[in-house]
Amino acid sequence: MNRRTFLAQSGALVVSFGAARAAVQFGLEPAVAAQRLNGASSRDLDGWIAIKADGSITAFTGKCELGHGLYTAQTQLIAEELCVPFNRVTLIQCDTALTPDQGTTSGAQSHPTNFNNADLALAGATAREALLSIAAQRLGVPAGQLSVKDGVVSVASDASKRVSYGELIGGRRFDLTLNPNARRKPPAEWTVLGTPVPRVEIPAMATGRFEYVHNVRVPGMLHGAVVRPPFANPSLTAVDARSVEGMPGVVQVVVKKEFVGVVAEKPWQAIQAARQLKAGWAIGAQLEPHRDLHARLRSQTPTRDTRTVDSGDVDAALGSAANVVRATYLYPYQMHGSVGTACAVADVQGEKATIWAASQAVWPLRSSTAQVLGLRPEDVHVIFRQGPGCYGINGADTVAYDAALLSQAVGKPVRVQLTRSDEMAWENYGVACLIDQRAAVDRSGTIVAWDHESWIPSRGGRPGANAPGNLVTGTLAGFAPAAFQARSPAPAPTTFANNSNAVPSYVTGTVNGRAGGTGTIASQRVLTHGLRSAFFTGPLRSPERLQNTFAHESFIDEIAAELRVDPVEYRLRHLRDPRLIAVVTAAAKAANWTSRPSPRPSIPRAGVSSGRGMSCVLYEGDNGYCAMVAEVDVNQDTGAVTVRRLVIANDSGPISNPDGLRNQLEGGALQGVSRTLLEEVTWDDQKITSVDWRTYKPLYLDAAIPRIEIVLLNRPDMPACGAGETSVTVTAGALANAIFDATGARLRQVPFTPARVQAALASRRL
Amino acid sequence: MSRITLRVNGTSRTVDVDPATPLLFVLSDDLQLNGPKFGCGLGQCGCCTVIIKGQAVRSCITPVSTVGGAEITTLEGLGTPERPHPIQQAFIDEQAVQCGFCLSGVVLTAKAFLDRNPKADETQIRQAMSGVLCRCGANARMLKAITRYARGGKA
Repeated sequence: MNRRTFLAQSGALVVSFGAARAAVQFGLEPAVAAQRLNGASSRDLDGWIAIKADGSITAFTGKCELGHGLYTAQTQLIAEELCVPFNRVTLIQCDTALTPDQGTTSGAQSHPTNFNNADLALAGATAREALLSIAAQRLGVPAGQLSVKDGVVSVASDASKRVSYGELIGGRRFDLTLNPNARRKPPAEWTVLGTPVPRVEIPAMATGRFEYVHNVRVPGMLHGAVVRPPFANPSLTAVDARSVEGMPGVVQVVVKKEFVGVVAEKPWQAIQAARQLKAGWAIGAQLEPHRDLHARLRSQTPTRDTRTVDSGDVDAALGSAANVVRATYLYPYQMHGSVGTACAVADVQGEKATIWAASQAVWPLRSSTAQVLGLRPEDVHVIFRQGPGCYGINGADTVAYDAALLSQAVGKPVRVQLTRSDEMAWENYGVACLIDQRAAVDRSGTIVAWDHESWIPSRGGRPGANAPGNLVTGTLAGFAPAAFQARSPAPAPTTFANNSNAVPSYVTGTVNGRAGGTGTIASQRVLTHGLRSAFFTGPLRSPERLQNTFAHESFIDEIAAELRVDPVEYRLRHLRDPRLIAVVTAAAKAANWTSRPSPRPSIPRAGVSSGRGMSCVLYEGDNGYCAMVAEVDVNQDTGAVTVRRLVIANDSGPISNPDGLRNQLEGGALQGVSRTLLEEVTWDDQKITSVDWRTYKPLYLDAAIPRIEIVLLNRPDMPACGAGETSVTVTAGALANAIFDATGARLRQVPFTPARVQAALASRRL
Repeated sequence: MSRITLRVNGTSRTVDVDPATPLLFVLSDDLQLNGPKFGCGLGQCGCCTVIIKGQAVRSCITPVSTVGGAEITTLEGLGTPERPHPIQQAFIDEQAVQCGFCLSGVVLTAKAFLDRNPKADETQIRQAMSGVLCRCGANARMLKAITRYARGGKA
């Protein structure tokens, strides 16, 4: 069956659970869904935009709302490009039967993708120019003499000659491909984009009406619960289905290879049955002790090695330098730890499946779920419904497999929501990291060589279209995680790409004669050793970028301190990118930074001492500039750190929604504080021991939080870049530097627990 | 199974459930309410919060049999999108939301506390939010919204 037939046959379902429902949940009028039956493609204008006879506009996007305001910003974009009021646009997001395939909503890539000269923005510009062109014919004047306002095209010199969008195209197709030369509306003319439009979904959320994936209710729906292995390296030996016989509501025990679950009539019954079900597991290999994690990373083989830059002269520069500075930085495994556990609803009927999921990647999930179920991708329909903030790949995809497997077994729709420990013990954690830094400094105090070497373990990750084994459910169901491919030594780099911010801001980033970096240091080497992880890993807000930036921004501070130079001045001495310089300067100015070396003069030996620290980044090497000044109080008697003030300067190109941007920067910064001071995944010799909010402690709402001040640098002349991951990336470095400034104690291991702060205080040189 | 009559958001509802079932599952599944949510099932995060007899209660660890006859208020019981309760309006005005999943805990815990302590200062309000978790880091806006509500809707 092809896509067209599938959609035609399931049209009613598509309308009732897809477009119309998405529209209703935002209190908007039901969308035009019929046009989708012809199939959407990323080049087909009709796949992006439909205009009804009444002039209302429906836009279709493959980038979804994750709590970061993208739904509203994309709606603003379409309203702007089509010159209509905000409330005339309905946006349909991430539905494999309705919207363009835009892969995954991740990596701060939604603005680069949809707000520049391609995809959604280009669709808007193409549609506006097409409407003007049709209007020119209809009104008998050249398009250049027309103006458009509120969806009505009129002759500039005679406003009585006018025609509305509804009259021009209402209910009909454009039959056009996206025009790469279509002209975006210049930011100077924006009236909707660039303004702080309130988020569409907040009234429904604040009053408890909003439909999350957890609230999707399908007629005849049953409830499932899964039985995750109790050990980190398990093998299933037996399942005794009789152990839940006679329990109220139990429908079926489901076993597929090592995947085990229970389906019941009600959610509480399913949870009870999963707890009671007797499953035998053999304990596999013991886990290496948690305390030995970083030492083991350094010695572990085999490795997959990557050189991002290598000027070839680093060893010589280090050997002949007047002064060599060294430091090692450690980062733990951390969790996404979404506030709600993951949930999905699946309805698998024979060869067909419909999945409601909070996945960031509906199209890849369609393919990988098809693989898990043994169906064809074109017979699987994935519908995005918002979940709790995910910050990367949380349990949203693996629970979609859980629901799909259970639904397939019972032939009825099944909803699964994981328990807290099911999710926490088997997450794809953010990666741990060990980073060595060495710098050669000349007699004038200038850095002349920078050497960075890191060890980063990983296992699994995003499943993409064909690797369901990258998630726990896929592995249990018999699929292997993506194979580890050893490679050592690393090949020489061929082009400069700093996606993971492994390259510090202060080097030239020169590869093949082209300097792609933001700094001035010519002698440079960045070597990364990928390793096998004992645990599943995956992207967690600013994956590796945060870890690397913590190490870079701490290290530049350490060098400045050793030379007794002001750390802001020392950064600026080694930077050459004007936009990075601009955010550093703006943050320092807003924070009333006074120039002096760290640590501060006359540190008290006990009690509370205060300090300030700077950190900056060009996120992913090309995707958003950010600098932060942190002010902290350190209680030198207890080791407790209180963050008093965070001043953030951010440049992500043209600003789509200044309030949404501020919200992201604030949230990223506080999440950064939580991760830097508190969060660490722990385990014993058999299993993960961080399984709830007592054993994995984040920042709660009663915590004393810093005053956050934000300086937005708007760059309407520049391409749009990401902003969701800039502030979280710089927080750990800013806090480490502020603690050092306050006390002279250097924290090189995240999280900065009171015990670690006290240990650093005990070994400081004053 | 047993028949239990609950008063939820001003309406009597009778359900036939295992009396040990946590109230949360009755509200979100049997009564199909979207406000209270399962966050941890352990009373550690606040997502499932409802108000009973003026107290913020964790419905995920409250057996349904213990609340028969009591008036239960969920997030949707305060106001509607068209006519939000003043504390909900404060969250809308401050845009004090990212993913929004934690709002039952944040809004109802704050409301129950302020109803009993209308003159609480900012520090007392913050301390009353212990055990309520927002993972998006919207803390600053949320505390601002609660303070705005406490001061009668003025920021």
